[in-house]
Amino acid sequence: MDIRNLTALELGKKIKTGEIGVVEATKAALEQIQAVDETVNAFVTVDEAGALRRAEEVQKQIDEGSLTGALAGVPAAIKDNLCTKDLLTTCSSKILYNFKPTYTAEAVRNLERAGAVLLGKTNMDEFAMGSTTETSAFGVTRNPWNTAHVPGGSSGGSCAAVAANECFYALGSDTGGSIRQPSSFCGVTGIKPTYGTVSRYGLIAYGSSLDQIGPVAKDVSDCAAVLEAISSYDRKDSTSLKREDCDFTSALVDDVQGMRIGIPRDYLGEGLDEEVKAAVLAAAKALAAKGAVVEEFDLSLVEYAIPAYYVIAAAEASSNLARFDGVKYGYRTEEYEGLHNMYKKSRSEGFGEEVKRRIMLGSFVLSSGYYDAYYLKALRTKALIKQAFDEAFEKYDVILGPAAPTTAPKLGESLSDPLKMYLGDIYTISVNLAGLPGMTVPCGKDSKGLPIGLQMIGDCFQEKKMIRAGYSFECTRKYEAPELAERRGK
Amino acid sequence: MSKQYETVIGLEVHVELATKTKIFCSCSTAFGGAPNTHTCPVCTGMPGSLPVLNKQVVEYALAVGLAANCQIHQYCKFDRKNYFYPDNPQNYQISQLYLPICHDGGIEIETAEGKKTVRIHEIHMEEDAGKLIHDEWEDCSLVDYNRSGVPLIEIVSEPDMRSAEEVIAYLEKLRMMIQYLGASDCKLQEGSMRADVNLSVREVGTEAFGTRTEMKNLNSFRAITHAIEGEKNRQIDLLESGEQVVQETRRWDDTKGASYAMRSKEDAQDYRYFPDPDLTPVVISDEWIQEIRDRQPEMREEKQERYQKEYGIPAYDAGILTSAKRMADMFEETTALCKSPKKVSNWLMVETMRLLKEHGMDAEDIRFSPENLAKLIGLTEAGTINNTVAKEVFEFVFDKDIDPEQYVEEKGLKMVGDEGALRGTIEEIVAANPQSVADYKGGKQKAIGFLVGQTMKAMKGKADPGVVNKILKEILDK
Repeated sequence: MDIRNLTALELGKKIKTGEIGVVEATKAALEQIQAVDETVNAFVTVDEAGALRRAEEVQKQIDEGSLTGALAGVPAAIKDNLCTKDLLTTCSSKILYNFKPTYTAEAVRNLERAGAVLLGKTNMDEFAMGSTTETSAFGVTRNPWNTAHVPGGSSGGSCAAVAANECFYALGSDTGGSIRQPSSFCGVTGIKPTYGTVSRYGLIAYGSSLDQIGPVAKDVSDCAAVLEAISSYDRKDSTSLKREDCDFTSALVDDVQGMRIGIPRDYLGEGLDEEVKAAVLAAAKALAAKGAVVEEFDLSLVEYAIPAYYVIAAAEASSNLARFDGVKYGYRTEEYEGLHNMYKKSRSEGFGEEVKRRIMLGSFVLSSGYYDAYYLKALRTKALIKQAFDEAFEKYDVILGPAAPTTAPKLGESLSDPLKMYLGDIYTISVNLAGLPGMTVPCGKDSKGLPIGLQMIGDCFQEKKMIRAGYSFECTRKYEAPELAERRGK
Repeated sequence: MSKQYETVIGLEVHVELATKTKIFCSCSTAFGGAPNTHTCPVCTGMPGSLPVLNKQVVEYALAVGLAANCQIHQYCKFDRKNYFYPDNPQNYQISQLYLPICHDGGIEIETAEGKKTVRIHEIHMEEDAGKLIHDEWEDCSLVDYNRSGVPLIEIVSEPDMRSAEEVIAYLEKLRMMIQYLGASDCKLQEGSMRADVNLSVREVGTEAFGTRTEMKNLNSFRAITHAIEGEKNRQIDLLESGEQVVQETRRWDDTKGASYAMRSKEDAQDYRYFPDPDLTPVVISDEWIQEIRDRQPEMREEKQERYQKEYGIPAYDAGILTSAKRMADMFEETTALCKSPKKVSNWLMVETMRLLKEHGMDAEDIRFSPENLAKLIGLTEAGTINNTVAKEVFEFVFDKDIDPEQYVEEKGLKMVGDEGALRGTIEEIVAANPQSVADYKGGKQKAIGFLVGQTMKAMKGKADPGVVNKILKEILDK
């Protein structure tokens, strides 16, 4: 048995029985990071000393019986837009290159309460803006399945780290598909829960009304367990919801008998790669074979999701990112004359291209004279999209489709044409606009050997149906790790 | 000046609310802590922090809105006002633009011209900014975020005022109302009440408004009056000389008695307001409004009436006693302790007002306790001290809130009413002033006053004047 190949829950069980020690598991993950991260670059910061110290503490608490959860002692990685007290938190941006938060994000604290050992912080698109993890100021992350390809984004570091066995699970954030799309590209499982399920306190905001934190792991069971651990009502987040139904692991049942599953015809049309389409339809067939009622239907307004999303997310981002000004923390330009010049130079030098593009776009759509035409119209579109989903969920328990139109593109292929890159978010974005839960489960590989992800979408608060469908599908196949994850030593 | 001009004034009044904690976090609002000690990730704009609304802010805003006869937006929202400045840690201020909590109200004011209503356009809630400290010595600027996130309401009037007198009447009415509600102490000097004056002039009889300017940095009623006069004259002079008024923000310098342009409309920023996605809409139920209404305290007019009825205080006196919430509270609390409303009223209206004026203080600055004033009144009623001594002791009560009973005891200020103890002193005084004795005997009754005065002086003010008079007459009429 190689520790690194275990799922989070499998490891948790072995730690509980004493078969594997927490320090041993942590060392195994750190060794794997040593072995492969020079190639993958999934991490911005690896906190080796902190992780080992914490591992000993956790082991002690497990031995004493004060930590008994299923994830106690399991090493994890955290996306670098989640604040971790005294540990570098950069959002993969030069403007926060030296930023150490004074507090820890609520979702991370929840993980710590569950006994997690934090290995470090994972790479991402700068401020979560991008679909490839190429806009990071700290270098691109490579896809563990083929290092000439991107891992997707923006949670590319978290997904690549899980796929490459560098951690047993990770946290990501999803504003327009940033967990689901890289999960698809990296052949791992990821969940974006219903808006308000996980506290956003300590998540460095991109698009506040769309951002949600979620788990990335090797399988649905791990994701359900991690989501259960991080979900909580938090008084510090006004958009946090009081939910009594966060026992997501109770939905890990291999049974879709009679479950109504809808596939939007709009998700199978133009722009969708044939191999991806075939894999998704095969997955649908597998579910139908287990007794689910699968049919295609028309989900309207799909084409409006992308423009509405880029208006709303950019508008919120333009305001959310205003605080990075060189005054209080982070990067400040070396030479400047007066306040205005300091702002201008610090921000021009500190932010990357894509971030600046979205700040400008957001500032434009909020400016007087354009607010009604763009921002308000986008909000109305958002409401209509939610309505379209409401109608669909009157008929279906779960909506099924691809997570992305293609498998992972090659490095450097996407950034030159941002509009084309934005179109890649077409299947994931409307889920954020409607506040719904969404999940990606691996469902095959294309002819290049790159993973394909199946997306499941649930109605608000119906994660359990989605998890049940995902788990049932997962039971029809076996988890596959990339060759790189099996590489040992240098 | 050939033409007749009319001044048109509207006010934007910022009031710092008296909540214990800030509007979006649980940091203290206390004034004067060491820099950046009343702060947390939220009010310093740390990445990832989120605002959570303080319910008390909504309740105070509602209370003021209801007292000012406003309509309530029962579904109201917070918006972000985006602008870069280091005193504002997020580089946006959370305020209300699209759906302010209160709108379309008005309050009645009274001036020499009579009564009129000043309409209120809206009242909205927002957060205060931090404070910049410019260190000339080090050539740098520092920022203190203790004030960042202190709750404010902004009360925006319609352009309904026509003179400085009306403006002051409006502000005094507003201040009194808010103080009575306990929503703020409304101190202009300390900045817990700040007024920006929007002013334009137009020829009498014209409908259209002239171009207006906005005047900032007005820290007292005096400054407001001066600024209005100054700005009115400046605008009229411009128009008279064929020039135009420029729409701009001006800063009033009260020591120089002049204003300076800060920024013109052309430099006006686009604040890119939009609803704050971190805050959920505030939904105000009918029940909540009723609850606030039921909790509204007794306002000035009601108190005035009750003081006359319940305590037999004359109307004029009741007016003065209720002119500040603190004064009315002192009156009621002291009266409850010593049961002598007229005496309490007298101490507050005469000695307290005199000392406040002497020290340049407001009623809100009163530091002494009702207990000690009541004790002082008790001492005079019991004949333990006379009025002269009482006034002296009161100065210490006023200043340091001393316990008058203890003080009188320690300093030996008790009135001497013992005839045996006084007779010797009086006999000495009579012997030393034969002229006054002769005057008295010659029919000048007034001469006895001089002898009483001399006796009091010799007794260091502690003699019982009644007893002194009695003994003197006995000796002189012999």
